[in-house]
Amino acid sequence: MRTKQTLIALMALLVFPALLFAGTISGKVVYTGTPAKQKPIDMSKEPSCAKQHATPVTVETVVAGPNNALENVVVYISSGAPDDGQVPSQAVTFEQKGCQYIPHVLPMHVNQELKVINSDQTSHNIHPLAKVNREWNKSQPPGTPPLSEKYDKAEFISVKCNVHPWMHGIFAVLNTNHYDLSKGGGEFKLPNLPPGKYTITAWHEDYGTQTADVTITGNETKDVNFTFKAKAY
Amino acid sequence: MAKFFSITIVLIAIFSAIPILRHTWVAPEDISTHGALIDEQMSETMAEAGISFLAAQFILALFIWKFSNRGPDAKIKSFPGGAKGLVIAALLVVGVEVMALGVFGVKAWANVYLDAPSANAMPIQVQAGQFAFYFRYPGPDGKFGGLHPELINEGSQNIFGLDPEHDVDARDDIVAAEMAIPVNKEVHLLMHAKDVGHSFFVRELRVQQDFVPGLDVSLHFTATKVGKYEIVCTQLCGLGHYNMKAYLEVMSQQDFDNWLKQQAGQ
Repeated sequence: MRTKQTLIALMALLVFPALLFAGTISGKVVYTGTPAKQKPIDMSKEPSCAKQHATPVTVETVVAGPNNALENVVVYISSGAPDDGQVPSQAVTFEQKGCQYIPHVLPMHVNQELKVINSDQTSHNIHPLAKVNREWNKSQPPGTPPLSEKYDKAEFISVKCNVHPWMHGIFAVLNTNHYDLSKGGGEFKLPNLPPGKYTITAWHEDYGTQTADVTITGNETKDVNFTFKAKAY
Repeated sequence: MAKFFSITIVLIAIFSAIPILRHTWVAPEDISTHGALIDEQMSETMAEAGISFLAAQFILALFIWKFSNRGPDAKIKSFPGGAKGLVIAALLVVGVEVMALGVFGVKAWANVYLDAPSANAMPIQVQAGQFAFYFRYPGPDGKFGGLHPELINEGSQNIFGLDPEHDVDARDDIVAAEMAIPVNKEVHLLMHAKDVGHSFFVRELRVQQDFVPGLDVSLHFTATKVGKYEIVCTQLCGLGHYNMKAYLEVMSQQDFDNWLKQQAGQ
């Protein structure tokens, strides 16, 4: 029994050498300057959504955290790590709730299943404005089962609702599984990187992109921080 | 059988006139200074069209009653002077009636469209787009910033395509999803569509005006009663048309000033 387990472990190491030398890139995304005030959203024409929000809802273009942290930045390996072609079998979900998209930014792998859920008591019509991929829009009345879709090319896609003009989200369709979305403190983490030279890209929907080159030599953690310049308007 | 048909026509005509004459369906309360003229015009139109309708039905019934039992050999009499005279006479009668409605209606129409708004009328811009109305106030500087359609981004709530970074006038512009106005103050409404045709309809205001893409339409009115009224789109504009509405809040001047301040602070 023990021999078998050891054998499996050895084989696993052969197949995934990354497990032996798994480097990690981690860091923080921050901004300098003063971000524009996020405008409030008036949902009064859709009372079933308005009543779900105890506090006023604002747009989510720039979500700032404490100490100038910048949330919702997609950080991913844009070159250096060849796409392992492994499409995660788990679907990512995009929920329409309270007439907002949750999450606001949804990263996914090319060809990964995308499930769109309507949890509201009103009809939505989701319309991702794809330019490289095929563009579509679909109506989803309340109670409709989740829609299932996938994108076969890498692209940042702006998503809108054809019924509620204020609804806005992003699909980040990536050619890699090495990605993360910066959290409330601006932190991100890209684990399990085999040794090599990488280019990391940080993408923000309003502030644009930034890149950094990182070399991973072995079992180590490299710190990389990104600083975006905030726009006053 | 023909006589039965003739009586049925008369009965249908009379029964359809009864609810109109009894005012079964009353118009919603009028809250505008010009609404009385519009209502008067509507009643005049209804009366004239109603009389013509009843007359036409009664004459039809009479002819059926009188001539339905003719034998196959009966001679058909033609209208004196032939059909030409009849057509000209009909055109004159109907034409004069329509012209008269138009001429008398101009005074109601002019109030909203033709006369220039007074110098101190409050300008509000309204933009219709699938499927919401948005309203813009010029802010404390009294000037609207320029419009840059390429900058329209609903995701960041730049509904009108303003450029506050380069355009000082746009910085204090107030954009809202509801329309607040002070009571007894003239409002000059500047209307444009973002995408397709829409319509701005407030029953109580007696204002119903289409948005035509590419045209800047303007009208003016004065609301006379504080309250909350519904603004609906009455031009089928697409999938979400049923849900395209906003609210008109008519407030006291003081409430309105507070509302503006609150909007500006957001």
